[in-house]
Amino acid sequence: MRNDRLLFEHLDIHLEAGQMLVVEGPNGCGKTSLLRILTGLRLADGGEVLWRQQPIDRLAGDYFEQVNYVGHHDGVKNELSCLENLRLARAMGVPSSLDLDEVLEQVNLYAYGETEAGSLSAGQKRRLALARLLATDAMLWILDEPFTSLDKASMALFSGLFEQQLERRGVIVMTSHHDISLPTQALQRLRLGVAA
Amino acid sequence: MFLWFHKLGSPPHFYRIAGRWIPWLTWIFLLLLAAGLYGGLIEAPPDYQQGESYRIMFVHVPAAWMSLFIYVVMAVCGAIIIIWRMKLAEVVLISSAPIGASFTFLALVTGSLWGKPMWGTYWVWDARLTSELILLFLYLGIIGLHNAIDDKRTAARAVAILALVGVVNIPIIHYSVEWWHSLHQGPTVTKFGKPSIHWSMLLPLLLMALAFQVYYVLALLHRCRAELLRRERNSKWVEEL
Amino acid sequence: MSHRLSLCQAFVFLLRRDLLLALRNRAEYAMPLLFFVLVITLFPLALGASPELLARIAPGIIWVAALLAAMLSLDSIFRSDFDDGSLEQILLSAHPVAVLVLAKVTAHWLVTGVPLLLAAPLLAEMLGMPGEAQPVLLLTILLGTPILSLIGAIGVALTVGLRKGGIILSLLVLPLYVPVLIFAASATENAAAGFDPSAQIYMLMAFLFLSTSLSPWATAAALRMSVS
Repeated sequence: MRNDRLLFEHLDIHLEAGQMLVVEGPNGCGKTSLLRILTGLRLADGGEVLWRQQPIDRLAGDYFEQVNYVGHHDGVKNELSCLENLRLARAMGVPSSLDLDEVLEQVNLYAYGETEAGSLSAGQKRRLALARLLATDAMLWILDEPFTSLDKASMALFSGLFEQQLERRGVIVMTSHHDISLPTQALQRLRLGVAA
Repeated sequence: MFLWFHKLGSPPHFYRIAGRWIPWLTWIFLLLLAAGLYGGLIEAPPDYQQGESYRIMFVHVPAAWMSLFIYVVMAVCGAIIIIWRMKLAEVVLISSAPIGASFTFLALVTGSLWGKPMWGTYWVWDARLTSELILLFLYLGIIGLHNAIDDKRTAARAVAILALVGVVNIPIIHYSVEWWHSLHQGPTVTKFGKPSIHWSMLLPLLLMALAFQVYYVLALLHRCRAELLRRERNSKWVEEL
Repeated sequence: MSHRLSLCQAFVFLLRRDLLLALRNRAEYAMPLLFFVLVITLFPLALGASPELLARIAPGIIWVAALLAAMLSLDSIFRSDFDDGSLEQILLSAHPVAVLVLAKVTAHWLVTGVPLLLAAPLLAEMLGMPGEAQPVLLLTILLGTPILSLIGAIGVALTVGLRKGGIILSLLVLPLYVPVLIFAASATENAAAGFDPSAQIYMLMAFLFLSTSLSPWATAAALRMSVS
């Protein structure tokens, strides 16, 4: 519920390794709330979220270790450089085997390694926010409108990264207003906000 | 027994059961209040030190007891909210806060009225009065924080944390203020403590304390029912009322 | 796949990040110190500059000013992280949030509490506080300001998501600050009068220990509430 309004009930979702869920629906139907419930940032009024058959509130740190969340906010500090921001993201989770310079290279921000994040454009900041997906190792990616402010080339870039994650047997849950082109057997769609 | 308790936790059952108790409790409260006031104002002899003015103690002391008791109840609700997220605990916590604040205010006002005949001023920085004043701020903090948060379930979590932090701090604050007061005492000794207790004084005091307890439950039930209606106004059982 | 950092390393990392951020936002963090000095300056103006009066109430003035300056500085603990989404990432970290919170509060104290420690001797002189009392004053500030940061963090965590959080923050936090104020001011007064302040100092140490062990948990719970 949000401020007395019932957003959704009787939801039953199962995701296996290598699968992706796209949550769709009009604005205000609760897509962000659902994603935040899945990350554990928000408590559901009823029901539970299970990771490998165990409730996430009991797993706590062990669950968070395996989740990467990119929400509406970039989670990027303006006063820190791109590299410093990524180092922090790594410190909070499990570092990936990629060198940070390689990570920046992959998201086309190599030249901005030492630049303060505050001077980046919106699209560049979004790429930095998404770069944490490469800087840390996580099985589950939960992404809320990841393609905001991105141009077509960047969107294609990240779609490619999503495919790689699925090939690695990871799981992705995301919302997006844009079209995702992915093989349909790996893709599930959930539509919220449909009148009962 | 446990089943009855579990049933009580469900909003529509609580609403009905509370509704049935209210008339009984009202009568019990009025009886106890009458007995206590009669005993305190008429029967009990005047105190050899303070004369007639001590009689305000029959309201002041039970009010102070209630102000602390209700805060502890809120803290217990807070623990229940954090561990089990029980809706009824949320309702009881937020409904108790204004009642507790009122008792605290009553204790402050009666304490200051008590002080006037003795010290000539309406306010003295006595240990108990100062503690009660800080307690009033703690209550207002809970009410204010709950009002400031729109989503009432999140607000319940917030005040639960605040109530628990407060209950840990209350003994610390009380002790600190006592200590502070003993340090800065003037030549006169403030004696808001109970006068030498005689049975004829103790009995009305206990009756008043009991009366206030019943009042708390009574007021709580009224408020809880109103709060439940407000929270669950979109649910079926409310529509059927 | 490598493993996550040890808890100690994560603590130090976050501490250094916050210190770095404070360094790059110097102006914002200078305000509480200036406020501290300003408030103390107001008292002689309001009460008359009679040396005996000022010397007698100096401990109280300095501590009330420290309290108010601490409250003014509290917002900076979580505000910026809340606004840009970093706070969510911290809550989603693999490490226990209470420890990360302790890192942030430690950084806050280093940036806002320690400067008070440096300014206090000068201000004590200006108010005519006896020299014997100054070491005790500094000790109370050293012990007391971390307590103010720790307790204040709970209040900020509860109100960071609110629109007018600052107003209600004072209401929440000042009652909880009262014990620290009482014992810190009393310790300094005792020292100024030539008496032994150790009982009060021990109480402050006890408060510090208590708040260090309990407040990070309450703060973490409050942050989770604010972010949800």
